Amino acid sequence: MPKLEPPLPARLEEARREIEAIARGCGLDAFPTVFSVLDYKQMNQVAAYGGFPTRYPHWRFGMEYDRLSKSYSFGMHRIYEMVVNNDPCYAYLLESNADVINKLVMAHVYGHSDFFKNNLWFAETNRRMIDEMANHGTRIRRHVDRFGLETVETFVDTCLSVENLIDPHAQFFRRDRPVEDEGDAKAMTEPSRLPGKSYMEPYLNPPEFLEQQKERLAEMQRREKGFPAHPQKDVLRFVLEHAPLEQWQQDVLACVRDEAYYFVPQRQTKIMNEGWATYWHSRIMTESVLEAEDLIDYAEVHSGTLATAPGQINPYKIGVELYRDIKDRWDRGAHGLEYETCDDPERRRRWNTGAKKGTEKLFEVRRLHSDITFIESFMTEDFCTEQKLYTYEFNPRTGQYEIASRDWRLVKEKLVASLTNFGEPEIYVVEGNYQNRGELYLKHRFTGTELRHDHAVDTLRNLCVLWRRPVRLETVIDGKLRLLGHDGREFREQALERSDYEI
Amino acid sequence: MKIEQDHGRFRQIVRGRIKDNLKRYVTQADMLVPKGRDVVTVPIPQINLPRFRFSARRQGGVGQGEGEPGQPIGQDPQQGDGQQQAGNAPGEHAIEVDVSLAEMAAILGEALELPNIEPRGRKNLKSKHDKYTGISKAGPDSLRHFKRTFKRALRRQIMSGSYDGGAPVVVPTSEDRRFRAPRVVESPQNNAVILYLMDVSGSMGDEQKEIVRIESFWIDTWLRSQYKGLDTRFVIHDVVAREVDRETFFHVRESGGTAISSAYKLTAELLESEYPSDQWNVYVFHFSDGDNWSVDDTKECLALLQQRLLSRVNLFAYGQVASPYGSGQFIKDLRQGLRADNLITSAIESRDGIYDSIKQFLGKGM
Repeated sequence: MPKLEPPLPARLEEARREIEAIARGCGLDAFPTVFSVLDYKQMNQVAAYGGFPTRYPHWRFGMEYDRLSKSYSFGMHRIYEMVVNNDPCYAYLLESNADVINKLVMAHVYGHSDFFKNNLWFAETNRRMIDEMANHGTRIRRHVDRFGLETVETFVDTCLSVENLIDPHAQFFRRDRPVEDEGDAKAMTEPSRLPGKSYMEPYLNPPEFLEQQKERLAEMQRREKGFPAHPQKDVLRFVLEHAPLEQWQQDVLACVRDEAYYFVPQRQTKIMNEGWATYWHSRIMTESVLEAEDLIDYAEVHSGTLATAPGQINPYKIGVELYRDIKDRWDRGAHGLEYETCDDPERRRRWNTGAKKGTEKLFEVRRLHSDITFIESFMTEDFCTEQKLYTYEFNPRTGQYEIASRDWRLVKEKLVASLTNFGEPEIYVVEGNYQNRGELYLKHRFTGTELRHDHAVDTLRNLCVLWRRPVRLETVIDGKLRLLGHDGREFREQALERSDYEI
Repeated sequence: MKIEQDHGRFRQIVRGRIKDNLKRYVTQADMLVPKGRDVVTVPIPQINLPRFRFSARRQGGVGQGEGEPGQPIGQDPQQGDGQQQAGNAPGEHAIEVDVSLAEMAAILGEALELPNIEPRGRKNLKSKHDKYTGISKAGPDSLRHFKRTFKRALRRQIMSGSYDGGAPVVVPTSEDRRFRAPRVVESPQNNAVILYLMDVSGSMGDEQKEIVRIESFWIDTWLRSQYKGLDTRFVIHDVVAREVDRETFFHVRESGGTAISSAYKLTAELLESEYPSDQWNVYVFHFSDGDNWSVDDTKECLALLQQRLLSRVNLFAYGQVASPYGSGQFIKDLRQGLRADNLITSAIESRDGIYDSIKQFLGKGM
């Protein structure tokens, strides 16, 4: 990868200027965006590195490359574009794209770039991530030089195995908040009494109640002294701060954690982000840029991105349709109590207050929402019917997956559930000094789906490598509370009467 | 390129060459590629590092499209991204495994640590073929070199001053024409012939033949990767031997007794008449259950080997497939009666033995 991007060929640069101006005219507020043209090999390579050509050496990038180049050479899919959340924004075009496709891609990229810059969930991401990733690469390469590829790579594997144990909201926490006045906390050992005449005492401050309060305070105090004070979802941070790691290991783990956090907002807004970019490329292309002769090429690629397969939802498709629906409804004023409670379908269909607030609403939505709230707030019954959404389930009798229901509430519920915590289990650190023996105690917040057992065992073993003491995980198996444990050598599993920890 | 290092490392892990600890996380997800009316599966190996993740069994999800409740939507919609084990039902799609033979040979060679074969020096033949790298002034129109022709014309026009940059028209005349011309290229060529001999007497059952089939396929694949021109000949025998085509070789089922010498005699004749040993690298693979007719016949075999065969071949490999009926005596007779560097014997107990047997045969790089 050349460090300095070669300038775009003149005709593409001209197209870029045109599209940038149109995008700005539409109200998009994008980062300055640097495009470079790659051939498919370079494209697959950069894509394998997640858009960052300068990352540290690791086989999983090779794995991704293997998959991408195989599916490219069999014509299964090709990457038209790629865009990196950075300031300036970096975007890559495929050399073999027809010019009209590159224009589409540029319009699409300006959509993403605007989203990166303005969506609130991205507010805390590092906008110099290109440099940061390169630094991580240098740091880890230096460790490789000192300790050997095998050692470092194996440790990276270990870190990646726990990479998902982060708190998606943690980046918004302020760590430097001043500690609350300690005097207050100390004074609170005795429950406060209501003042009053002494004969009223048993009524104002009944002894049972006082006793209860006392216990509650003691419990709170016990917890304050706990380690950690509150259950922590950012397991990686806890390990990073408290595990007896060597310096280079700490450094590697920190790199892995930083990168995991960097990608969080993109995972939180997959539907919104792709939908937004698609919405704008289709508008910019069809309203301003497209020439009649290019229509077929454009339509082919555009419809390709919106294709759906049974049993899957395509984030591009759902996203763009939701935005279009919002635009339409707010243009017509078709929202709010009066509209919601109207049950004459004909009137609903023709509803129009002439509000013309659609575009304004779109920009508000793209600023404030993430996928979960986006679906939660704007997916309506009409939308589900129109988009033919359904839920599917496994039918043990036929051994197949079958369409289960078209009830929009169930669809929405299932969709939101699949997006919650990115569809990953929620794991908390509840105790860092379990049984006063320095053991790590994790708790899985059970939401109805069990953990994959063999992977859980191996992940516990990997956590032992980091924590250097036994690690336990409280979870539910076959409907019963179980405590899994690994001491680095052996796995053990036992039944648990009740949980001592609340989250 | 940087990715090649990571890619190489990944492939080594998949082949189990490094990092044993990751081996058990390797899964084979299949990519389904439509090819005409069929679907070809391309294996995409993936390594899924262990994580706390939901057991993916039968979770269901949300989809989009036509259909009534109750309508099936396929085996497992979520399987696409290789997050789970492959389905246990074979399904109707899988037809081919797409690994090219060359790639397969490379994997085989790497897995078995097979050395590359060094062809015998004096057997190198020069082969001549035409390569169209030259340019000539005469030739057929089909070989006309457009660019060169126009270059000549342009040059001529500029020199004669008839070229006008404002209206750049270039008209080649017949002197300007240039044509691609062949040049004779000599390249060394190693010829090799493989003779597969198989005992098809009554004691060789279907399982034994299957083992022979698998083993000879792999041998074939490996040797093909080592030689450019490769001939294969097939000989079957019971008490008499005859040459057959590939199809027959693998499917024929005869019965009756066994006289191995018949096959060796035929082989010797073939070699003497068609494959002069100064021009050919010769490989003979003989598979039998080792139950020869008589002691006298075995003696004759040894004599044939010593006098007419071993001096002509790079390798004479004898693979003895265990069968419930055979005595398996022949391999012992061979091992006792003869000692030669290019005679390799191998006993194949079952399908699992194929791997080791190939290694024994080809491990010396002869």
